Amino acid sequence: MRTDTIAAIATAMASSGIGIVRISGKEAVSITDKIFCKKGGKTLAECESHTIHYGHIHDGEEVIDEVMVLLMRGPKSYTKEDTIEIDCHGGVYVMKRILETVIKYGARPAEPGEFTKRAFLNGRIDLSQAESVIDVINAKNDFALKSSMRQLSGSVSGVVKEIRGEILHEIAFIESALDDPEHISLDGYPEKLQSIVEDIEKKVEKLLSTSDNGRILKEGISTVIVGKPNAGKSSLLNTLVGEERAIVTNIAGTTRDVLEEQINLNGIVLNIIDTAGIRETDDVVEKIGVDKAKKYLNDADLIIYVVDSSTKLDENDYEIMELLADRQAIILLNKSDLDALTTEDDVRAYVDKVQGVSKNDCRILSVSAKNQTGMEELTETIREMFFTGDITFNDEVYITNIRHKTALQEALSSLHLVVQSIEGGMPEDFYSIDLMNAYEELGSIVGEAVEDDLVNEIFSKFCMGK
Amino acid sequence: MNRNLLEETYDVVVVGAGHAGCEAALACARLGLETVIFTVSVDSIALMPCNPNIGGSSKGHLVREIDALGGQMGINIDKTFIQSKMLNKSKGPAVHSLRAQADKANYSMEMRKTLQETEHLTIRQAEVSEILTTEDSVKVENATSEQGADKLQHITGVRTVSGATYHCKAVVLCTGTYLNARCLTGEMITYTGPNGLMAATHLTQSLKDHGVEMFRFKTGTPARVDKNSLDFSKMEEQKGDERVIPFSFTTNPEDVQIDQVSCWLTYTNPTTHEIIRNNLDRSPIYAGIIEGTGPRYCPSIEDKVVKFADKERHQIFIEPEGLNTNEMYVGGMSSSLPEDVQHEMYRTLPGLEHVKIVRNAYAIEYDCINPNQLYASLEFKKIKGLFSGGQFNGSSGYEEAACQGLIAGINAAMKVLGREPLVLDRSEAYIGVLIDDLVTKENHEPYRMMTSRAEYRLILRQDNADLRLTRKGYEIGLISKERYDWVCKKEELIKEEIERVANVHIGANKEVQALLESYGSIPLNTGVTLTELIRRPELDYEKLAPIDKNRPELPYDVMEQVNINIKYDGYISRQMKQVESFKKMEKKKIPEGFNYDEVPSLRIEARQKLKTYNPTSIGQASRISGVSPADISVLLVYMEQMRYHKES
Repeated sequence: MRTDTIAAIATAMASSGIGIVRISGKEAVSITDKIFCKKGGKTLAECESHTIHYGHIHDGEEVIDEVMVLLMRGPKSYTKEDTIEIDCHGGVYVMKRILETVIKYGARPAEPGEFTKRAFLNGRIDLSQAESVIDVINAKNDFALKSSMRQLSGSVSGVVKEIRGEILHEIAFIESALDDPEHISLDGYPEKLQSIVEDIEKKVEKLLSTSDNGRILKEGISTVIVGKPNAGKSSLLNTLVGEERAIVTNIAGTTRDVLEEQINLNGIVLNIIDTAGIRETDDVVEKIGVDKAKKYLNDADLIIYVVDSSTKLDENDYEIMELLADRQAIILLNKSDLDALTTEDDVRAYVDKVQGVSKNDCRILSVSAKNQTGMEELTETIREMFFTGDITFNDEVYITNIRHKTALQEALSSLHLVVQSIEGGMPEDFYSIDLMNAYEELGSIVGEAVEDDLVNEIFSKFCMGK
Repeated sequence: MNRNLLEETYDVVVVGAGHAGCEAALACARLGLETVIFTVSVDSIALMPCNPNIGGSSKGHLVREIDALGGQMGINIDKTFIQSKMLNKSKGPAVHSLRAQADKANYSMEMRKTLQETEHLTIRQAEVSEILTTEDSVKVENATSEQGADKLQHITGVRTVSGATYHCKAVVLCTGTYLNARCLTGEMITYTGPNGLMAATHLTQSLKDHGVEMFRFKTGTPARVDKNSLDFSKMEEQKGDERVIPFSFTTNPEDVQIDQVSCWLTYTNPTTHEIIRNNLDRSPIYAGIIEGTGPRYCPSIEDKVVKFADKERHQIFIEPEGLNTNEMYVGGMSSSLPEDVQHEMYRTLPGLEHVKIVRNAYAIEYDCINPNQLYASLEFKKIKGLFSGGQFNGSSGYEEAACQGLIAGINAAMKVLGREPLVLDRSEAYIGVLIDDLVTKENHEPYRMMTSRAEYRLILRQDNADLRLTRKGYEIGLISKERYDWVCKKEELIKEEIERVANVHIGANKEVQALLESYGSIPLNTGVTLTELIRRPELDYEKLAPIDKNRPELPYDVMEQVNINIKYDGYISRQMKQVESFKKMEKKKIPEGFNYDEVPSLRIEARQKLKTYNPTSIGQASRISGVSPADISVLLVYMEQMRYHKES
């Protein structure tokens, strides 16, 4: 369990100056030697511990980045295992490519909190820290689970689930024939299975090419715009999108009431959700939109609360401000082009009363979405919050994405093995071994464990004897 | 009036003399412990109240494993079978499985003889009505108040209905389907065990009083019909294998080449299905009279017709119940429909137009336990010295019962002898898979073994059960030194031959090309090793004998192992790797009495599940549904912390 080699991006996933990809485990050095072309020609394996080396990371012919590599042999490292740190340029794309390459050459994406866990289990961390280690594992895992579910776009998870269903059906058929050979025959089945598996392979390949475009997970800071109806939320969104002219995707929300955009603010990716205005309402349709808005608000990394400064604050505003307690939020006094009936002080006075949002932390800006004033300030504020670490979206999203890609590749190679076994005339029971591997790999993407799926499928779909 | 109630003392008491009870009692007695086995009827020892066969897919594996550990089932069926087949022969070696038709009466009689002739073993006809325990002074640290019985109990004996007391150090419960049993044929309900035998109506209450959680399961059996009323010309004959392979590794293969009897195949048809559909309201299951949960894998004919409505016909196997009986078993048509409907529906089958029913089909309901109350040693977690096996543990099938009986018996003996229990893991045996599933997973129906339940099945083959388990049987004391020595020798021969074959170079000469051609194999361009040729799908070790000039003379089972190990080496070594990482988690033991309430940040669901199941290792914990990988990480970190504390 603790012997394999893991890798992850150790720095925040933002376009900062430097990014670090960290590798730990028995093969950390040998894997790096395969992808690192060191100036001077010596391999890392030949170098002394605790040294820094300059060179290039490449994947075969392709040079990915110019990097510095830190070599630390165990036990004198954080995890007490052989550890490599690759300091690369801080672009999100570069870090991802390097991590992918490291994984391609034999490392495995680290589980949430795994570096820390190894450090602990190898006796590196003081005992008093055990609880915080557990918290890290839990927090990161919660996040990974949540993000993997939340950010897995509906279409991808739909396809994965459908493929899994098909695979399971075939396994169940084979297994029921093995368990009850006198009732269920496999004559002529291998040919049929081959064409089914080849179809499935195509679907997985298509998913993989999608993943290369970074579309499996929506990476970025999940941002929600809230406010009363007509506060100017949608025009704010349009302004942000229009100004940056950097729409990556344009995904219609699950309901007409929620619109989602992905924008890139100088390297920081925001997934912006524009919600229905929040107000007390008896209208059933509107109420659904409002409830939805509250739900998104709960899941968001950043909340932009838009106040119409040309009207007085009312109880709907107060209700929204309460929802901001303990959250990272920016309050925008919109419509600065009109006469102000609500001032920054009015807002502060109320925000003060809400527990958890302290006066100083609360960022209040005056903007006019209509005249596009104050937008630079807003951008700057978001960047600042991001770099000071006030808002983060966990790098687990990127890791998860890479993990998904790895899972798809593993599933695909298992499917290839099935076809190979069929063509090589192997007995049928061997097919289900590789089919099961593919099924499990795909399950890790949609967060479904195997449990008793198979037995249930066998009993529900195939009539067993006796 | 003063009554002088009988009192006796034994080392081990076994309750029930079915397939589980017999193995349990034999194991204990053979290990030298004074053992008494109770049955409600000594005429029903090793009774086969349902199908007349032993083995079958994955069940054949279980019988082989029982044999390798020193159990009796394999030997007994080799003595009493009347037809035998290796199933799945066209498929991979991992799913080859032996199945034999037994002469039921003879099977039962032979087992009884074995019991009678075993030293230290007493057979007693009586209904056990109570278990006797003392409370331990040590509290179960881990027990929660909602689980009721906080105190750890120790078994001290049992009491029978007559009031007799049997003191002992360990008890093995193998009550099968007898506890509060009732049989249903349509509207007719009788409160009996299988075959009209007396039910055991007292023990359940005693167990409940001791804090044992009970389930109610059901199963069913088809009618037995008069052979003389059947027209076999309308059915397809099903013969046994030409060359019979014995179940037991100790049976001389020449002794099982007997004249075999045939089974017969016929089919249901739309008329059959219509009759069933028209009478569903009279089926106790569909009318809601049956409370117990039945198995999905051996559905009644009613279930099949309802669940698989689009199937036009179902296969029905007519199987002889023995050489000296006119009864035939109608395999595939178990039912709890009323007698008159049974008559009508059986008569729609080709060859059964004039069928006479000897015994009606019926469904049976019975009490069993929630097996999560057991350790993998099959000892009750809260009642020390109390073990259980078989259908009582929520399984189904003779073979499933027998292997649990064997393990429960061995471990009862180990307990009395003060030795470590025998626990097989999922990578060692189907028995390990079966018991781990029972004690770790939620079980809502009678559990049947299936090859798909074994994740390492390429390694758990029926052909290598002796190589996997004989050593353990020897260490326990149920396998002779001689037999163990032979297995060691066999291991060596296999290893040597695999090495030799890898170094045999075959050139592209005329003789070789001709041999390859005769099997439709591509001729050689350059020289290869014999190993490479064996791996070709159309070839095998045996076929290549003519071009392997220096081949030593080896027993058949050695050659078989050589062939399988070479042919499927890639797959096998992949599974071996998986087994390695599996073993690492199994080796991380969770100490007894571990307090999950003290582990910070464990999710509530996981905490509750862990407290209920009380797993013995991290590996077992990870298989409990509702315990996530993150929970396992948390546990690992916490346990590591505990370890440091202890050391410092």
